[in-house]
Amino acid sequence: MGLVFRGAAEAGLGAASAADRPGPPDAVPNPTPTPPAEGADPGSSRGPGMVLKAFFPTCCASADSGLLVGRWVPEQSSAVVLAVVHFPFIPVQVKELLAQVQQASQVGVTVLGTWCHRRQELEESLGHFLEGLGAIFSHKPWFQLCRERGSKSWSCKATHWRGPASPAASGEDQVMLIFYDQRKVLLSQLHPPMALPDRQAGDTTASAGGLAAVFDTVARSEALFQSDRFNEGPVRLSHWQSEGMEASILVELAKWAAGPVCLFLACLLSLISAASSCRVFKLWPLSFIWSKLSTCEQLRHRLEQLTLIFSTRKAKNPAQLMRKANMLVSVLLDVALGLTLLSWLHRKDLIGQLADALIPVADHVAEELQHLLQWLMGAPAGLKMNRALDQVLGRFFLYHIHLWISYIHLMSPFIERILWHVGLSACLGLTVALSILSDIIALLTFHIYCFYVYGARLYCLKIHGLSSLWRLFRGKKWNVLRQRVDSCSYDLDQLFIGTLLFTILVFLLPTTALYYLVFTLLRLLVVAVQGLIHLLVDLINSLPLYSLGLRLCRPYRLAAGVKFRVLEHETGRPLRLLMQVSIACILPCSSKGLREPG
Amino acid sequence: MEDEQSFSDICGGRLALQRRFYSPSCLEFCLSCPRITLRSLTAVTCSVWLAAYGLFTLCENSMILSAAIFITLLGLLGYLHFVKIDHETLLIIDSLGIQMTSSYASGKESTTFIEMGQVNDVVINEAIYMQKVIYYLCILLKDPMEPHGISQVVPLFQSAKPRLDCLIEVYRSCQDILAHQKATSTSPEGGDKIISASNRRSHSGMGAYWHRQEDKSEQDHDPASRIGHCDYVQSFMHTR
Repeated sequence: MGLVFRGAAEAGLGAASAADRPGPPDAVPNPTPTPPAEGADPGSSRGPGMVLKAFFPTCCASADSGLLVGRWVPEQSSAVVLAVVHFPFIPVQVKELLAQVQQASQVGVTVLGTWCHRRQELEESLGHFLEGLGAIFSHKPWFQLCRERGSKSWSCKATHWRGPASPAASGEDQVMLIFYDQRKVLLSQLHPPMALPDRQAGDTTASAGGLAAVFDTVARSEALFQSDRFNEGPVRLSHWQSEGMEASILVELAKWAAGPVCLFLACLLSLISAASSCRVFKLWPLSFIWSKLSTCEQLRHRLEQLTLIFSTRKAKNPAQLMRKANMLVSVLLDVALGLTLLSWLHRKDLIGQLADALIPVADHVAEELQHLLQWLMGAPAGLKMNRALDQVLGRFFLYHIHLWISYIHLMSPFIERILWHVGLSACLGLTVALSILSDIIALLTFHIYCFYVYGARLYCLKIHGLSSLWRLFRGKKWNVLRQRVDSCSYDLDQLFIGTLLFTILVFLLPTTALYYLVFTLLRLLVVAVQGLIHLLVDLINSLPLYSLGLRLCRPYRLAAGVKFRVLEHETGRPLRLLMQVSIACILPCSSKGLREPG
Repeated sequence: MEDEQSFSDICGGRLALQRRFYSPSCLEFCLSCPRITLRSLTAVTCSVWLAAYGLFTLCENSMILSAAIFITLLGLLGYLHFVKIDHETLLIIDSLGIQMTSSYASGKESTTFIEMGQVNDVVINEAIYMQKVIYYLCILLKDPMEPHGISQVVPLFQSAKPRLDCLIEVYRSCQDILAHQKATSTSPEGGDKIISASNRRSHSGMGAYWHRQEDKSEQDHDPASRIGHCDYVQSFMHTR
């Protein structure tokens, strides 16, 4: 160790003057004042006996002795250790490396102290050597972390270096060690979004308080983690990537290929959306039809989603990235399910069977409706209907059904071809196929919809008439100007005719009400079936499968905060805490995690 | 250093408060709720199976019995994993934050950590709960917009629901650490906080708070004198 030190002295230490032979620091005269004697930190009003926090990466706990490299956050009075520089090293090269990292990452990385991982008690010379290092890389406060090999006992000291002139004035503070997993902290993306590119080097983020500053420091120091132990650099570092940088070939290839592919697809999609928004499609009958068909709705939704996914703008924050990823996964799943459906349909030639079965099914439905109407025209459920009105309504609806059946029979030669093309649309996704199915159901049950509309209109007219004549019966009138019921004096003939009409409507009420009830129930049935299909479509559209997958496979990506655990504690030793990333649970009755300010 | 005391909760059940003193700046309180008793378990199981047997005699379908067994097992597992809390822990670390952990009977733990920068104060609040008036300990969070305002109230020990004597123990230790933290705070408003910490502090805002003297010399006094009178009482709705 002494060799290295003398070598360091010979290599020239530049502005930082230091002892050129190992010995107690106070015995060596220091001609030039050391840099940290610039006075107390302006922002801190630390008193003696305060607890300093040292965030130590778990991967460095078993590393060899060396220097601690990281960032000191004065507002939190905490030191974030990012890496350990091993012996032997040349101080000038270490300082050069730190300056490079500082420039590249805008994080004020400095040497914070010494780290000692030894087998037995500290030797005198080693102790003095370590203190001498404090003179070279002067930093206030200077941390001295020490651990016995193979045991869990740690010791740390933090000294204020007030200058060699008055070493007795250097106070010692208590240190609290907080272990953190660098990899998890980086990958969980708990840090605030990327800072603006024109920040000053070493500038602390004003808005990131507390632990967010720690995460920010770790996240922005990527440049420090680039060199691993296989690099032949002058300085040997130890951090979470020192065993080799983690990367996946597939991910890198995908990232490289994503650029041109996204560009191409974005152009294609913009062409399609431009074509679909041209004026021809906005004319009245077409726009009305488009708004009614759920297929068009679904196609438009998918187009929007695809445009968002393949847009060349990068996602601004993790939430947007997650949303994009969820959309992509749901689109892929949709297309996969659609292709499965298509292959299943074609394998069993179901389309032909479906087309053959459609006409008899429609006929059967029409026959059932006719039976229903015959039943209504008789004495349904024992109720006695008004014979004349019953016959009129019944015949009216029977004629409609007859029209419908003829229409279906007209269409029958084209059904198979239409169904085949519809089946082909399943390539675009299962949701599109389901939307088309829902539209086909709507078209096939159009007569039920018509019956419902007739029955509802008739019933509505009857109810309005009844309420108005009931008011007349009591001698009242609806005042349209004042929107209230007022009394009114009617003439005798008005009263007479009004009462007659009222009686007629009242006695015709059960018939109309029954028709209305029956057709509303039929319509509800159709709406329920369509509603189920739309529910399925919405489920496929909006299920966040990517987040669910992350929750199962890589839970730390969905981190919601941190939690602390106190490790074994002996009196006289510093307090040790383990900081773990806590996962956002899907269920509501669980952890809520860190609350960020603002 | 660890010590254990026995208290009771608002319904009369036995609670055990374990206090672990790691260092002057780190303290942990562990409150153990009363365990699930064999009597209640037997009662629930017997009632479910009697009902199932009654249905079986009506319907003559043996699936009902197997369904009852299934339901009982699933219900017990669900209860242990999602509902029954074994113990609640409060960990206060000076200058880091406050962490609350609830451990369920099946071993699941759910943790909430609040940074010290967001903690305004820890107080004992009074509430109307059904037909009772109870006390609960809560953390007041700072409002980022208003420097002295309160944005949120986070109640502690919601499942254990200890009585006032237990809460006072926890409250005293929390206040020691909070006062120490405010006295040695390095934030720009540290100067004001040091001065105000030694004076009387009163809180305004939501709910009813305890007006108390932050004078260190009064810490050993009778707890009753430290608890002031509420201005009004707010109702406390359990959302569980």
